[in-house]
Amino acid sequence: MKNFLRIFLITSLVFGLSVKSNSAEKIEYLTTDWSFKGLFGKFDRGALQRGYQVYTEVCSSCHSMKYLSYRNLAEKGGPEFSIAEAKAIAASFEVTDGPNDDGEMFTRPGKLSDKFVMPYDNVKAAQAANGGAYPPDMSVLVKARGGGVDYIYSLLQGYEDPPVGMNLDDGVYYNKYMYGNKIKMANQLSDGLVEYGDGTTASVEQMSKDVTTFLMWAAEPHLESRHQMGFKAIVYLIILTILVYFSMKKIWSRIETEI
Amino acid sequence: MSDHEYTPKSKFGKWFNDRLPLLTLASHLTDYPTPKNLNYWWTFGGILTFCLITQIVTGLVLAMHYIAHADMAFDSVEHIMRNVNYGWLIRYIHANGASMFFLAVYIHIFRSLFYGSYKSPREIIWIIGIIIYLLMMAAAFLGYVLPWGQMSFWGATVITNLFSAIPLVGEGIVTWLWGGYSVDNPTLTRFFTLHYLIPFLILGLVVLHIWALHVPGNNNPVGIDIKKPSKDTVPFHPYIVIKDGFALLMFMIVFAFFVFYTPNILGHADNYIEANPLVTPAHIVPEWYLLPFYAILRSVPDKLLGVVAMLSAILILAALPWLDTSKIRSAVFRPLYRQFYWILVADVLILGYVGAMPAEGLYLLVARVATAYYFLHFLVVLPILGYKEKTLPVPLSITEPVLGGSPNLALAKNKENFKD
Repeated sequence: MKNFLRIFLITSLVFGLSVKSNSAEKIEYLTTDWSFKGLFGKFDRGALQRGYQVYTEVCSSCHSMKYLSYRNLAEKGGPEFSIAEAKAIAASFEVTDGPNDDGEMFTRPGKLSDKFVMPYDNVKAAQAANGGAYPPDMSVLVKARGGGVDYIYSLLQGYEDPPVGMNLDDGVYYNKYMYGNKIKMANQLSDGLVEYGDGTTASVEQMSKDVTTFLMWAAEPHLESRHQMGFKAIVYLIILTILVYFSMKKIWSRIETEI
Repeated sequence: MSDHEYTPKSKFGKWFNDRLPLLTLASHLTDYPTPKNLNYWWTFGGILTFCLITQIVTGLVLAMHYIAHADMAFDSVEHIMRNVNYGWLIRYIHANGASMFFLAVYIHIFRSLFYGSYKSPREIIWIIGIIIYLLMMAAAFLGYVLPWGQMSFWGATVITNLFSAIPLVGEGIVTWLWGGYSVDNPTLTRFFTLHYLIPFLILGLVVLHIWALHVPGNNNPVGIDIKKPSKDTVPFHPYIVIKDGFALLMFMIVFAFFVFYTPNILGHADNYIEANPLVTPAHIVPEWYLLPFYAILRSVPDKLLGVVAMLSAILILAALPWLDTSKIRSAVFRPLYRQFYWILVADVLILGYVGAMPAEGLYLLVARVATAYYFLHFLVVLPILGYKEKTLPVPLSITEPVLGGSPNLALAKNKENFKD
């Protein structure tokens, strides 16, 4: 044990030194009281529904969400719109279907089983419309960025005037949380940009929080059942472990030895 | 197995057993005399068997839904995560299961190193173990490629490119491995095939590993040969079964915590970005369990020598029974070896840490020193130590230290130190 502690000290010292030499580049992300963190974390239904509104009215003109279907909006553990609401949302989009019996493609109102409509036909079209930068698909975006939800939440609020002496090209913006500080997406959010149906004030901070919550759900649609099942599984395992521990003690008591 | 007499009670059992002695095997496994002083570090063999079975079972289900195609692999993984019933659970168990498997195997290997379990007469068990470990690394690497994320793609590119370091034929071998001129669809389909094959090779080797173990029997914390069966042993069932079961349950709690509460913490965020041959990630890093070897690879300035160093770092373990010249197995009675053992543990941890960092400046220097020390430990320290070290007196039977009241003070003190 003593040796173990000694080694532990040496290693942590080495790690500590190297972390220290590294810390200058690290930036602290903004964070907020995410309802979905922790052992019993659940999504805030209101935030998910508001977040969906921000996504549709603001983000979806450039960012696709190709792994989501309109049916997901009514599923348990998600924004939980009623089936009727989700159907109405789906129907508000024009979906290209086909070919029909004449061999023609046609458009029709969306159905629950349709995937979210893509803003562009393909990656090249998306790049052409956005100065060469591809607005990433948002389905798993939260999991595809190192800082996760805090990173997205910070980035949305991280627009500032560039420091003196920094020249930005046309269509490039300064964001203090972006890797390299240069981002091709302009600041999208401004106070009162959307009008929330539930009367919540649409501040930049509120919208960032709501849309980030929505993105977290989009990336982990089964997060709630994962947390619930996890708690049950771990409680079950702990009880079983205790029972097995006492059985073990009993069985080994036949032998004259410690265990 | 040869010293085992067993006759089934029923007539049918006897008839069957005469033709295929499965019942004799079952009886051998139940009665198998096991040293009674095995501590919890010895429970990881059972835990590893559990890990292997878990990976095979979850892997089978995943393979039913996964599509090994460069254009569809990433989508099919998301399909599993979203639309397959409990697909998220099965995939997270499989992905975190790989990490838990390596966690367990590293504890298992370092337990062997501490108690000298690789020494005569257990060399074959040890060498089979090293082969299993090599195959595990291959399976893990191949499996990490399958989701076809950015780290999958670029990890595959970096690792397969290592073969280009072989003089003359290197480039040809890389093209042959890829099935083309870059990592692409043919690479993915063959990686999937091999990823499916290797676990069954491992399963076969595990049977040999256990078979080879059952010939001399388990080593034990005191590291002495024991008479079997005797006062020093207990039958495998129920004593070891219940103890392994208890340890396995504790392990499963940790496992469950990762799966249910931090399922992505051991992976890299970039692997949720679909593979893109035109965009290279800022830092290409392997999974945590391969980092020490990655650090060794990068610490050598020459590509070919780097590859040789990395491979030697693993293969040198196979020679360990002959590099360690000490007759005493357990580090409990080797005061100097014990110090060097812990330095090696720290050395490997440091290698793992610098493996995750960019290979420059202080990190590179630390990686080089740690790499040099790694080889020094096996090639210089261990052979010399066997001759120079003054070892502590070893008890004649394990009953002596187990029951306490040992007349040997040093021994009693050591017992305090290693009662885990």
